[in-house]
Amino acid sequence: MTEKTCKVLIIGGGPGGYVAAIRAGQLGLDTVLVEEAAVGGTCLNVGCIPSKALIHAAEVFAETRALAGENPFGIRAAAPEIDLARTVAWKNGIVSRLTGGVAALLRKARVRVVQGRARVVDGKTVEVAGMDGAVETIRCENLVIATGSRAQAIPTLPFGGDILSSTEVLALETVPKRLCVVGGGYIGLEIGTAMAKLGAEVTIVEAAPRLLPLYDNDLTKPVAKRLAALNVRVLTDARALGYAGGQLEVQVGETREFIAADKVLVTVGRAPNLDGFGLETLGLDRNARYLAIDGQCRTSMRGVYAIGDVTGEPMLAHRAMAQGDLVARVIAGEPVAWDKRAMPAVCFTDPEIVSVGLLPAQADGAGVAVFPFVGNGRAMTRDRDDGFVRIVFVRDTGLVLGIQAVGAGVSEMAGQFALAIEMAATLTDIAATIQAHPTQSEAVQEAALKGLGKALHI
Amino acid sequence: MTISTIRVPDVGEGVAEVEIVTWHVKPGDHVREDDLLADVMTDKATVEIPSLFAGTVVELGGAVGETLAVGGVLCRIEHAGTDASPETEPAKVIAEEPVKAVAEPVAAAASPKTAPVVAKSAASEAPAIRQTQVGSARAPRPEGAAPLASPAVRDRARRAGIDLRAVAGSGPAGRITDADLDAVFAAPPPSPAGETRRARKEGTERIPVIGLRRKIADRMALANARIPHITVVEEVDVSALEDLRAAMNERRGDKPKLTLLPFLAAALKRAFVDHPEMNAHYLDDDGVVERHNAIHLGIATMTPNGLVVPVLRHAEALGLFGAAGEIARLAEAARHGKATREELSGSTFTITSLGPLGAIATTPIINHPEVAILGVNRMAIRPMWDGSQFVPRRMMNISASFDHRVIDGWNAASFVQRLRGLLEAPALIFMEDEA
Repeated sequence: MTEKTCKVLIIGGGPGGYVAAIRAGQLGLDTVLVEEAAVGGTCLNVGCIPSKALIHAAEVFAETRALAGENPFGIRAAAPEIDLARTVAWKNGIVSRLTGGVAALLRKARVRVVQGRARVVDGKTVEVAGMDGAVETIRCENLVIATGSRAQAIPTLPFGGDILSSTEVLALETVPKRLCVVGGGYIGLEIGTAMAKLGAEVTIVEAAPRLLPLYDNDLTKPVAKRLAALNVRVLTDARALGYAGGQLEVQVGETREFIAADKVLVTVGRAPNLDGFGLETLGLDRNARYLAIDGQCRTSMRGVYAIGDVTGEPMLAHRAMAQGDLVARVIAGEPVAWDKRAMPAVCFTDPEIVSVGLLPAQADGAGVAVFPFVGNGRAMTRDRDDGFVRIVFVRDTGLVLGIQAVGAGVSEMAGQFALAIEMAATLTDIAATIQAHPTQSEAVQEAALKGLGKALHI
Repeated sequence: MTISTIRVPDVGEGVAEVEIVTWHVKPGDHVREDDLLADVMTDKATVEIPSLFAGTVVELGGAVGETLAVGGVLCRIEHAGTDASPETEPAKVIAEEPVKAVAEPVAAAASPKTAPVVAKSAASEAPAIRQTQVGSARAPRPEGAAPLASPAVRDRARRAGIDLRAVAGSGPAGRITDADLDAVFAAPPPSPAGETRRARKEGTERIPVIGLRRKIADRMALANARIPHITVVEEVDVSALEDLRAAMNERRGDKPKLTLLPFLAAALKRAFVDHPEMNAHYLDDDGVVERHNAIHLGIATMTPNGLVVPVLRHAEALGLFGAAGEIARLAEAARHGKATREELSGSTFTITSLGPLGAIATTPIINHPEVAILGVNRMAIRPMWDGSQFVPRRMMNISASFDHRVIDGWNAASFVQRLRGLLEAPALIFMEDEA
């Protein structure tokens, strides 16, 4: 048994943990990062990045397939085929490039990365069981819990066999003929849409009355419309009861239905990884099922911090990264605190949805200005004029409270939405900012002009 | 239109250069005749320079703190007409230069009445261009509303320990801007009682050491660098002196009120009889000590601009009231910056007093090239042991510093004891005239 000491020990090398480690290293703190699998966590290895690779490949495939039929561009093409194994290999190449990059950044910041599974002994001591079984004790002055989350299982559909979580479905080497997606949140919709584009017969089973229950109907309607066009069957108010013999048993309202499915993808949410590594011995305060933290990511125990998915919703990589940067600076003694106004959220559905700040229903008495992409030249030239940009603002001051958009390619607008809200912009600020023509971003300026009662193109 | 150059006037005394202390104008300002342009300083006298013309200031000859030669360009003023030079000023002060920009000087000369109109309109526009400060910020947000600020402003506030919830925002929708933070730095709001953290302050103010302040700094540095000081502090029972002073003031009639200074002057005059080495200059560069027969007492005086030392000339020839009157006049002149060069130089010994502000003891710095200085400290009633009991006595400490190169400790101590004896039994001061 060996023993080492450090100033900062971070458990978990996902977006929160590795950013915290790099920043801590840059700030001159002696830092150890413990990761049991590969650095980059869920996001790089089995989450955000792999799913976006699959979504892109599926989009290219679907577009090419559309060209095989009658199309407005006058292009004639043969029906395409896809070798999903090669797609997955391409995706794996991207993942290894990114994780390699993270590993290099950690080295550059002089972070010691310890491969193994951590077990918390007390608030200042962690034992790491390496791959070879050797146990190493690490003593630290500051402990950062960044263990992330895992796919939530439901008792009637335990993972295994043909019941998959997002991790397994992203590693499939053949497109399932019939795929049932249980859970109509953004993960289920993103992967379900991609699989439908790749040729799977997809059914989505959602317990709530409609898809993407976190967003309002106006934002989700274009997505539902597109799913229908892709022949995706959507069951709402539906509960999956079990899976046997290639049949998913579903209760829809009063009726019971059996849906033939080769694979079942369960995406009913994610659960924080807080069990099984000794954390309970610390008796940290909880906030529902998450760790309770203050504005500087401190838990209820001095010297123990938590960041990322273990601290609750929204479980987003960019939130974890911002917390990681914050916690390193807090430990280094900088006078920083969490004061973010804007937390962008993107659904890489088809069309994409971006939401920053408050939705109209969350802002009492606020003004709402919408500009549809049917009035946007660039959207037309992409043959995708579905969707809109919407700004939620305070009526008397014009202060922007929220910006949402739904439309093809709108995920890249998330930056300007977040910037506007973080800078406390008003409608006048946005309306007075020249947007390049022809781009979809012009819709943002037009929506602001409309909010000011000065719309030009509507 | 003509641009005339105002030159640094000869202020006499063989002064070759002056230092600009204050500008009362800046380029573009409209000035009337006799409006003050600048204050310049020669040695220790400040001279105000008025404008000779009505017109617009075009150019300044230097920045505050710069030294200008007598006859050098002080500033240039554009004014109407070519015959505006007042006859009262010697011609050498003014030099006329035609304005090159005027295309037809003949036309301008032919219609002299139009020229002033042009000058006036140009001048009246000038103030309008000046930016006015934006008015006060909006009221802080309603209770509980989060402050609006960009991340950069939030970061700056946090590093300075400012709680943005207490800062009013002047930007759109009440956004707190960098300028709002500047205002907080400039005038920290009164913090409500309780746990509120005190704001840390940023930045430094750079104050150029110029004019009188630079003179004082140079003199002090010289004195401290060259003179090894020895300071003797002694306590003096001034009860009798104060009684005498009160009695004399009671029946002074329309004579000037007696302060302690005339008595000190008189006591020094007596003490110098036995200690002529104290009323002297040590010309250290020449290796000579000059003992003076005349007693010119420098009286260190605080003025709004700093310390000056007006000189009570020929104190040996002045009576108590004569000295009192002269001291009052000099102090008044010094405080208003009107003291002449002669009144500010030539002292042979210096007295420094902080009056009621004075401490228990000070260590006065000698006014180079003098060899001694007398500091007077605060007067206070203190319990004194008279051999059988404590009695309340009016006590005052005197601090005297000496140039140890030419004054030995024994001499210094005996001079201080002599002074103490005279001040404690003031009759001796005057008796010894007979003795």
